Amino acid sequence: MNNLQGLKTLTVANIRRILRIWIQTIIPPAMTTALYFLIFGQLIGKRIGEMPGYEGLTYMEFMVPGLIMLAVITNSYANVASAFYGAKFQKAIEEILISPMPNWQILIGFVMGGVARGVLVGIVVVVVSLFFTSFAIDNLLLTLFSILITSALFSILGLINGVYAKTFDDVSIVPTFVLTPLIYLGGIFYSIEILGEQWQFLSKLNPILYIVNFFRYAMLGTSEIDPLQGFSLIVVFTVIFFALAYYLLHRGTGIKD
Amino acid sequence: MKALEIKNLTKTYKNNVEALRGIDLSVERGDFFALLGPNGAGKSTTIGIIASLVNKTSGSVSICGTDVDEDFPLAKSKLGVVNQEFNFSQFEKVIDVITAQAGYYGVDFKTATEKAESYLKKLGIWDKRNSIVRELSGGQKRRVMIIKALIHEPELLILDEPTAGVDIELRRSLWDFLIDINKAGTTIILTTHYLEEAENLCRNIAIIDEGQIIENTKMSNLLQQLENQVFSIETNAKLPENFSIEGFDTQVLDENKFTVIVPKDVTINDLFDKSELRTIEVANMKNQTNRLEELFLNLTAK
Repeated sequence: MNNLQGLKTLTVANIRRILRIWIQTIIPPAMTTALYFLIFGQLIGKRIGEMPGYEGLTYMEFMVPGLIMLAVITNSYANVASAFYGAKFQKAIEEILISPMPNWQILIGFVMGGVARGVLVGIVVVVVSLFFTSFAIDNLLLTLFSILITSALFSILGLINGVYAKTFDDVSIVPTFVLTPLIYLGGIFYSIEILGEQWQFLSKLNPILYIVNFFRYAMLGTSEIDPLQGFSLIVVFTVIFFALAYYLLHRGTGIKD
Repeated sequence: MKALEIKNLTKTYKNNVEALRGIDLSVERGDFFALLGPNGAGKSTTIGIIASLVNKTSGSVSICGTDVDEDFPLAKSKLGVVNQEFNFSQFEKVIDVITAQAGYYGVDFKTATEKAESYLKKLGIWDKRNSIVRELSGGQKRRVMIIKALIHEPELLILDEPTAGVDIELRRSLWDFLIDINKAGTTIILTTHYLEEAENLCRNIAIIDEGQIIENTKMSNLLQQLENQVFSIETNAKLPENFSIEGFDTQVLDENKFTVIVPKDVTINDLFDKSELRTIEVANMKNQTNRLEELFLNLTAK
């Protein structure tokens, strides 16, 4: 179908949902980011000093890209997981399934909602961080690309979570027990160069490490991981999971008997 | 061209329940068609497959000449479905729910808003356009469901128990509304548990039971299968003692009222030709049989 009105409508509906429940979607990342900057940046950060590999940058400056990624990843994932499961729970998904909208438009429509929230909270975190520190962006285009593709990837993963979810608990299990540990151990608060060899090896198995460092490279112009590795990983993962999500929608997994 | 053509449709669920066992069904354009059946007979599965909410096991579905598997968007654009259960976000405004549904069908926002206004006014809930859907009454939500299904002006409208839980006044007004839509050219397929509704509205009927179509005919043909009709008759004067009509099963209910069973091969004229009725003044006469109900129970009796 060439008609993109359905895609436009679904995207607008998802963005409207984000703005309607702004107390749940926009305010929490602003609050937590402000607390991170206050505690880890302002209070403890001065005692931590510089991170190895990032000489010349304060701890606060080192932390900014990580905190932006933390917000972008968790919010884009949570947005699509809960929007999709919420639509299933209320049967509002039937409004879309009954319509002529092709599956790729349904997929992109939900992902656009997640990307919108990712970008929105990314901006919020940048604004909050400016109250605590100042920074220059090394490569603006790459930074924007990184935010967009990261939020798209985690939106797709959130949709897959929403597809399989049978209860509201299922929507929070992955973020709590998988995503959060991987993000926190993925080089947001420290450079893996401070770790011993074994822990460095384990850290390098964590895909989030590459994603965070790709973004850090885009923003600061330097990172402890080759940015090309991060770029390749994120593009490959996005393509693979997009195809998987499309296949699940095509099969009607979790939404059709 | 048929409004709906289903061929050898089967559905076996994952738990091996065989919900549909090879259904063939065709509905002419412009028809007002009843699809009836007891609970669990396969009605909702059939509608679910037509609406793409349930995956079929085998068979084919064509909507207004377009096979759903061959040209999904075109086939779906010709169909509107009013589901049994409310299927919209409970937290959105009425107008947003309706215009979003229109958008999913490819209708631009301006046109959708104009049509929404027209339907909301026709169905008497224009004043609720900015209310949150959750705050509406059951009848108001039911009307939102109907507007959602009509907003892209489908050629075929399927309603799965559209008047369930709706009061009599609203039910009648919805009937009038559906009759008008049908007269304007929309083919309507209806499932309902109110058999009076099907009898009053529908010209053709299919009865589905245990995943198979067991009857598919004109409503009038089906009603002709009735063996008897029961009439209740009220008189102006008191009935004579031990009143009865020769050759008819008669039961006196009170001094001014009795019921009489008229077999299908006997006309009402034959009844009134009886001498017992010539001497009394009839005030009114009602057909007491819930006719379709009786047939339905006979057809689906295990």
